[in-house]
Amino acid sequence: MRFVIIAGTPSSGKTSVMIHTIRHLLASNLSVAACKIDCLHTSDDERYRRLGIPVAVGLSDYICPDHFYVANLEEVECWAREQRADIVVLETAGLCHRCAPAVHGCLSVCVIDCLIGIDTPKKIGPMLSTADSVVITKCDIVSQAEREVFHNMVETVNPQAKIMDINGLTGQGAITLKNEIVRYNSLEGISGKELKYPMPAAICSYCSGETVIGKTYQMGNVKKVDFGGEN
Amino acid sequence: MLEQITVLGGLDKKGSPERIRSLDIKAGEVLAVIGPTGSGKTQLISDIEQYGEEETLTGRRIVIKNQQDTGKDKDLPRYLVAQVSQNMNFLIDMTIEEFLLMHARVRAIPDPRETINNVLETTNQLSGEPVHLSTNLTQLSGGQSRALMVADVALVSNAPIVLIDEIENAGINRLQALEILTGQGKIVLVVSHDPTLILMAEKRVVMKEGGMESVLQTTPEEQKMLEGLLRSEKQINLLRDYLREGRLLWQEFWCTVR
Ligand SMILES: Nc1nc2c(ncn2[C@@H]2O[C@H](COP(=O)(O)OP(=O)(O)O)[C@@H](O)[C@H]2O)c(=O)[nH]1
Ligand SMILES: [Mg+2]
Repeated sequence: MRFVIIAGTPSSGKTSVMIHTIRHLLASNLSVAACKIDCLHTSDDERYRRLGIPVAVGLSDYICPDHFYVANLEEVECWAREQRADIVVLETAGLCHRCAPAVHGCLSVCVIDCLIGIDTPKKIGPMLSTADSVVITKCDIVSQAEREVFHNMVETVNPQAKIMDINGLTGQGAITLKNEIVRYNSLEGISGKELKYPMPAAICSYCSGETVIGKTYQMGNVKKVDFGGEN
Repeated sequence: MLEQITVLGGLDKKGSPERIRSLDIKAGEVLAVIGPTGSGKTQLISDIEQYGEEETLTGRRIVIKNQQDTGKDKDLPRYLVAQVSQNMNFLIDMTIEEFLLMHARVRAIPDPRETINNVLETTNQLSGEPVHLSTNLTQLSGGQSRALMVADVALVSNAPIVLIDEIENAGINRLQALEILTGQGKIVLVVSHDPTLILMAEKRVVMKEGGMESVLQTTPEEQKMLEGLLRSEKQINLLRDYLREGRLLWQEFWCTVR
C-alpha cells in the first residue's frame, strides 16, 4: 500500500486536487481509501464519499491536530489495509505551519495556491520544505508572469521537490500527480518510520484546557517573548 | 529553441481512435483550437502542457523537436505553455517596473533594463491607453493587463508555446498581439469562439467528443472575410471612442470611417 499525505495552507485546494487525482487512480483500477484529519468540523468526507471509496474522519477536538495526526498514523494505516486499499490518501488540516506532517516512506504532498502572495512560500516553513511534491493551484486566475515568479519562490524554499501546477476546478494537471503516486514505493508498515521534522514541545496548562490569562495559571513548558534590553 | 511540436493522435471520449493521427505545429505558427464546450479543447492543451507524462487520459503523445536536439528534458523550459486568458489578473501590489525586474531576474535575463523598456513599449502598442513603469499593477484596466501579459509572455517568459484563451476584443489589438508573439518564434494556440480570432490563425483544429476531428487551413476567401471583420471591429472601436468622448454620431458615420 502507498501512503500519501496531503498538507497545505487552508482552502488551497487540497480536497479539490485529490478528488481529480483519485478519479485518475480509480480509472487505472487502483483502490483508494481517504481519511481526513481536522480539528472541530469537516465536510470533506462528503466530497470524498461521492467517489464511492471508503472514507474515514478524525477530529482532534481539544488536542493539537498535528499531534493528533501523528498519534493516529498506525491506526489510519491499519484501517486502510482493512479496506484493501492500494493507496491511502490522508488529508490533514495544516493549521499552524509550525509542524510538517511529512513521514519518511510516505509521499508527502504540499498544496498551496498562488494567490497567497509571492513572499508567502518563505513563511510557510517545514510543511513546504519537507514535501516530496508541491502542487500549486489557482494558476487560472493569475498572470503567467506571477505564476513563474511564484514557482521560482517555491523552488527556492524546496529545491528537491517535484513542483506541479494543478487546476483544482477542472483537474487540469492532476494526471502528473497521479503518475507521481503510482511511481512511489509501497510502504511495508508505518510503525518505526520517522517524521521528517520534529513537532514542537508544548505541554503547558493551556494544552489541557486552561483558559484564564496570567502567570499563576501557567505550568509546564512555557516560553516568554524576549523584548531585548536588560531584564 | 523549439522548432516544432507534433501531437500524435490518441483516443476520443468514447475510446475510439481520434480522426487526426498527427498534427504538426511549427514555431511562428498560429493554431486555433475550436469546438463546442466539452469537446476536448482544454484536454488537448493539457496534453501538450504535460508532454513529459508517459501516461495521459487520451493516450496522445507529444513529440518535441528542438533546433539543437539534445533529447534531454532539462533543456526544455519550465513552462512549455504560457497562458494569457480573460480570467487572469495581476494580483501583486507592485509597480510594473518592480515586477518586471523581478520576473526578468527569475528568468535570468542578461539585460533586464532594456527588456523591461521593450515590454513597456510593446504593452502601449497593444493597448490604446498607455501605462508607465511607475503604474501599479493592481490599477491596470482589463485591456492594459492583457496587453502587459502578452508583452511579458513574448519578451520575458521563455515558454515556446503561448495559449491565448478567450481574450476579449476590447482594449487590445489582437492581430498585433499575435504578430508580436509569432515574431518571437512562438507557437500560438488560440482557444476561442470568436470568428475574427479564429480566422487570424493559419489553420484550425476542430474538436469533437474529445477527439481531433479535422484540421482546416484558412482559405484565401476566409482571409478576405477576416479583413471585413477587422474593418467592422475598427468601426465599432471608433464608435466607442466617439461616444466616450461625449460626441454625437451622424448618419454617414459608417461611410466616413470606412
Ligand atoms: N479558481 C480556482 N479555484 C480553485 C482551484 N482549486 C480549488 N479552488 C477553489 O478553492 C476552494 C477551496 O478548495 P478546497 O479543495 O476545499 O480546499 P482545501 O481546504 O485545501 O481542501 C474551493 O472553492 C475550490 O473550488 C483552482 O485551481 N482555481
Ligand atoms: Mg479540504
